Amino acid sequence: MTRIFLSLSVLLVLTGCSSSQTWGWYVVNPMTASGWVNIKFLISGMGDTILISLIAATISILLGLLVALPGLSDKRGWRIVNRVYVELVRSIPLLPMLFWVFYGLPLIFRSMGLDIPIDPFWGAIITLALSDSAFTAEIYRAGIQSIAKGQAEAAQTVGLNYAQTMRYVILPQAIRRILPPLANQFIYIVKMSAFASVIGMQELTRRANELVVTEYRPLEIYTLLILEYLVLVLIISAGVRWLERRMGSDER
Amino acid sequence: MSDTAIELVSVNKWYDKFHVLKDINLTVKSGEKVVICGPSGSGKSTVVRCINKLEPHQQGVIRVNGIELGNDPKPVAEIQGDVGMVFQQFNLFPHLSVLDNLTLGPMKARGLSKAQAEEKARHYLARVRIPDQADKRPGQLSGGQQQRVAIARSLCMEPKILLFDEPTSALDPEMISEVLDVMVSLAEDGMTMVVVTHEMGFARKVADNMVFMDAGEIVETGTPEHFFTNPQSERCKTFLSQILQH
Repeated sequence: MTRIFLSLSVLLVLTGCSSSQTWGWYVVNPMTASGWVNIKFLISGMGDTILISLIAATISILLGLLVALPGLSDKRGWRIVNRVYVELVRSIPLLPMLFWVFYGLPLIFRSMGLDIPIDPFWGAIITLALSDSAFTAEIYRAGIQSIAKGQAEAAQTVGLNYAQTMRYVILPQAIRRILPPLANQFIYIVKMSAFASVIGMQELTRRANELVVTEYRPLEIYTLLILEYLVLVLIISAGVRWLERRMGSDER
Repeated sequence: MSDTAIELVSVNKWYDKFHVLKDINLTVKSGEKVVICGPSGSGKSTVVRCINKLEPHQQGVIRVNGIELGNDPKPVAEIQGDVGMVFQQFNLFPHLSVLDNLTLGPMKARGLSKAQAEEKARHYLARVRIPDQADKRPGQLSGGQQQRVAIARSLCMEPKILLFDEPTSALDPEMISEVLDVMVSLAEDGMTMVVVTHEMGFARKVADNMVFMDAGEIVETGTPEHFFTNPQSERCKTFLSQILQH
């Protein structure tokens, strides 16, 4: 973190020296009082970005499993349900889906006689979770299918039902193949959470937009914004690698 | 309980267009040991898998302990666990210890307490002569030991019938006898057994009935004595001459 700020400071100094181009790094210069206020303002969106991403990822992980299971059924009908969901949801770009959820879903609720308002916070979470669930479902499906069929058969012959077979036999084995790509998917959610700015969520990108409007320094402010995401994603990546190492070392 | 443990009447099964089981009729009495043999692809494993409801059949009737199995591929609750199965590839749960492999079924399907299930597990581990491997993972055991754990896992469900699907085919030669010894001792205790195997020495020793299958049909049945000394069909003679020439 400090190293990034240091290199940013070096960048400030270097570009500040150049005379032909009017850089405005002062807007995010932590050495000055106003620059520091701006930086604090930008970073203040971090909490919501993280919160939205975490909740959306949690929902997506549960929803993805729910969507994956019919895809593993012997019954064609169930598999079609899975295919339709995955193909449909996967094909919808995030921004239109966000608009649809935020502006459209409350109308659908109202037509059903339900008064469920959707605020930007939950609108963003629902959209991210839905969009991501198509991908997590495919991760689950691949992970579960990679466990040999004999495992389910053996579970059946010692009297376990479907739910017990999944819970005690299949998922514990599939999880080490599922977790690393799921964690990777979390990076996708963090980045896509930037779209929440469009419906007024006060997360990182929204803060940057607001500051740009008052300071007229898009390059400098968006550069810092990119660095903020970089830091977040690097932290998650380190977590993913740690997870992969742990999972790998557990193998037999 | 009726005297008949397993009854197959005119069972037919297809994989798409491929006719895997053709008009199979077979009766296994309680306590009887039946050995099914035949060339690979003859449908002998499929018969055993149908008895255990791992695969559906399309025509005919299969009754296990008097309960008819429908054509629906869903497991049949009444016979689950009453019919134990030992697989060629062991199919032990690699993420669980040997002990947990054995206690999972009794605890989750039979509702036994952990203490009861563990007591039972240790009893049957001793029965298959590996009392001291309970805390290891299956991957740390030899093939022969793994297969004996798999047998113990089936026994923990106190099954009335045990099915064996080529239990020694995946084993190194020196480990075959330790598994067969356990199977012989189970047979001596009166377990109803259906065994798909090429181990003709074992068949001679324990089988009450031999079943020879080829191309999805039961070609010949008979007592081992009759079967080995005086096979009737050409196909059976050819098969026996190939398998017994060593």
